[in-house]
Amino acid sequence: MAEVMKLHYVVSGDDFTRAGETSSKVKKTLNQLGFRPEVVRKVAIAMYEGEINMVIHADGGTIDVDISSDEIVIVMQDKGPGIPDVEKAMQEGFSTASNNVRELGFGAGMGLPNIKKYSDVMEIDTQVGKGTKLRIVIYAKE
Amino acid sequence: MKLAEVRDILQAKVFAGEKIIESEVDSAFGSDLMSDVLAFVNDRVLLLTGLVNLQVVRTAEMMDISAIVFVRGKCPDESIINLAKSKNMVIMSTAHTMYVASGKLYSNGLAGNEREV
Ligand SMILES: Nc1ncnc2c1ncn2[C@@H]1O[C@H](COP(=O)(O)OP(=O)(O)O)[C@@H](O)[C@H]1O
Ligand SMILES: [Mg+2]
Repeated sequence: MAEVMKLHYVVSGDDFTRAGETSSKVKKTLNQLGFRPEVVRKVAIAMYEGEINMVIHADGGTIDVDISSDEIVIVMQDKGPGIPDVEKAMQEGFSTASNNVRELGFGAGMGLPNIKKYSDVMEIDTQVGKGTKLRIVIYAKE
Repeated sequence: MKLAEVRDILQAKVFAGEKIIESEVDSAFGSDLMSDVLAFVNDRVLLLTGLVNLQVVRTAEMMDISAIVFVRGKCPDESIINLAKSKNMVIMSTAHTMYVASGKLYSNGLAGNEREV
């Protein structure tokens, strides 16, 4: 598979129960394409954390996934509030999530550090009041 | 440990995955916080949780977790059971609390899954 397969998704921000559907679809696609289970798991976890963040912090957004045999590139873009202090947001335990989100089992402030852990490249481009663009690359080669 | 054994030890009711109840898990992890499941689990564990919503199944799916035990008598609703079935997962519910359920499984030989302490 030399060429790139491009996928585009819109993530709704108003239905928490549906958060993760996109990550689930991408996981299925990667499995069908025959990627190694470790690679699929890394993508699934990093992307799910990002998708949850989009829903709980930014009212949804779009996800673009470029798949080639070498790497999987995920770009998650939202028009949410942005992140004022990225360095702080990257720390384990830092969270601005509401109690409501915590009751649903999220908001421990482990998401961004976890995305870093499972990705090979992670870039955050964010502007307060404008939104956040998260780019994640996961290498597929051994 | 076989999932059938987990069911018997916890006197659990099985809601999904009866077909793969003879499959095995090597370790377990217990938490009500899916954030922590995503951050701490590094194996294909049995998940024990007192949280009951669709994101529990989603989280398990992403982590390649194929069996979930709901503790404290919490029962999954139809949508949770259906999603779990479609993902080929085992779902069960026990009346025991997290502490007692974990203790019973641990003392019967099911190891914990934790990152280095
Ligand atoms: N897409 C986003 N838009 C706005 N803020 C975000 C976004 N993603 C993360 N954040 C901010 O970064 C913090 C840390 O994120 P994370 O590590 O995933 O923890 P959590 O989601 O549990 O709060 C969040 O609490 C929030 O303040
Ligand atoms: Mg998060």
